[in-house]
Amino acid sequence: MSDIHSQDDQGAPLPGHRLVLGADKPLHLDCGIDLAPVTIAYSTYGRLNAEKSNAILICHAFTADQYVAETHPVTGKPGWWEELVGPGRILDTDRYFLICTNVLGGCMGSTGPQDINPATDQPWCLNFPVITIADMVRAQVRLIDHLGIAKLFCVIGGSMGGMQTLEWASRYPDRVFSAVPIATAARHSSQNIAFAEVGRQAILADPDFRDGDYPLYGVQPKRGLAVARMAAHITYLSETALQRKFGRNLQGRDTITYGFGADFQVESYLRHQGSSFVDRFDANSYLYITRAMDYFDLAGDHGGSLANAFRGTKVRFCVISFTSDWLFPTYESRAIVHALNAVAANVSFVEVESDKGHDAFLLDEPEFHATLSGFLEGAAEHRGLPRKKETA
Amino acid sequence: MSGSSIRVDLQLIADMVDPGARVLDVGCGEGVLLDYLNRFKQADGRGIELSMAGVRAAVAQGLSVIQGDADTDLKDYPSGAFDYVILSQTLQATRNPKLVLRDLLRIGQRAIVSFPNFGFWKVRLGLFFGGHMPVTQTLTYQWFDTPNIHLCTIADFIALCEEEGIVVERSVSLDSKGLIRFDAGGRLSNWLSEQAVFLLRRP
Repeated sequence: MSDIHSQDDQGAPLPGHRLVLGADKPLHLDCGIDLAPVTIAYSTYGRLNAEKSNAILICHAFTADQYVAETHPVTGKPGWWEELVGPGRILDTDRYFLICTNVLGGCMGSTGPQDINPATDQPWCLNFPVITIADMVRAQVRLIDHLGIAKLFCVIGGSMGGMQTLEWASRYPDRVFSAVPIATAARHSSQNIAFAEVGRQAILADPDFRDGDYPLYGVQPKRGLAVARMAAHITYLSETALQRKFGRNLQGRDTITYGFGADFQVESYLRHQGSSFVDRFDANSYLYITRAMDYFDLAGDHGGSLANAFRGTKVRFCVISFTSDWLFPTYESRAIVHALNAVAANVSFVEVESDKGHDAFLLDEPEFHATLSGFLEGAAEHRGLPRKKETA
Repeated sequence: MSGSSIRVDLQLIADMVDPGARVLDVGCGEGVLLDYLNRFKQADGRGIELSMAGVRAAVAQGLSVIQGDADTDLKDYPSGAFDYVILSQTLQATRNPKLVLRDLLRIGQRAIVSFPNFGFWKVRLGLFFGGHMPVTQTLTYQWFDTPNIHLCTIADFIALCEEEGIVVERSVSLDSKGLIRFDAGGRLSNWLSEQAVFLLRRP
């Protein structure tokens, strides 16, 4: 294994680290394939203590990546959880060692369908094996092994990151001290799968998709990927949030135009979301990662009983949901809590009042932050980690 | 955050808990008792609270508390999972007190239950002479906004325990200031006590 600075396809360096699992250490996937080589691109913040007891693994959501708290190398925007990370902040870099990996199948340095298949010397494209949430976690486990960390202080993540968090706690309970699944579910619901399918079909219908071989032709199914993003983006918001932000306001015009241009601000906003997304995300990755979420069913993996996924667990859980999240509604979180209660697990559960929809976990929500802070302080105390420094 | 001083009825409950016990506090509010038990009894404490405001305040203090309902959510817990299950000033607000009581003693080796005593002399006199639903220091609501839908007297509660075959290990009842304490099973306690705390176990 080697740990070197990563490079993107053009050879320009991507910030952060990467771990390469060579052909002698393949990753055994749920689909039965042994994948090698595998690159795991990751960012870290803070320092690992001598006991290696202060590590927090942050699991990113579907279209996010490992750039949690630094300027994004492609978009130039701040990290997606920049507000939470830093000295004295909730994810306190003075006390904790934070790790975030780009997920397996992703397109920010970790192995995915855009990488070269060593058997053919061509990009994998749709020959890349179908991966699962468990496979993403397996890759993370290899990194944690590599870093010599026996037990993570905390695994935390929202949305798809919450699925990884649940998978970690369920499959590797001895390696997780505490777990914070946020705005997530123990399975993709029928509606979730339906939305994912709409996105995939938009990509598949783009003539530039070329059966997934678009990298060989030097093109990208930009329109399809943009439509997929537009549809998905609506599910991350709420009607209230959209109405407040845009209402029926017109975009750069005084009257409707009796045409199909972006008359309304909300249209213009969505178009922008779609077109900027294609600059930083790969269409094949979109297919693979949505599929991984569709296949996620923690109860299904345990004889139909979610409680069985957590039997005997010593992990301290904090489950958090948001009132206006209709993509991963509170009842999905409650199902997790009921399963944890059934095995008398140590669990906290807060439904945060917010009208900002699913994306609330990425936004400035004081109640959410207070919950997270309280839980982490309590967990740190039980783990014997230092308390937060009092600011003068 | 909190000091070592808590409300007298909560102190009475805390005194009934052995150090190091696994405790579930049903209707834990903002977690005052849980925090005390964790700190001074080294308990492994968990809580259920109906109001989200209470849950948020408790979790923000680092306590393990979930939003839940005593009437519907106790069934999830496995039998014998806790040493003590506490129901403090909440029994009278449940829809089915008898089932809740059974669940408490299924989940816990022991249950600690406290409730306002409707047999207290001020309550009796208030209704008898005043003709209005009683409002006292422990029964603070008006009839139209009270969550207390299943009020009982100490005598009622003891009768229910007998009917259910529940063993009363200890019982303490209090006057309005919490200064004078009685054995809740005593002859006059149903007259003189404003509230009572019972330590219960299965036969």
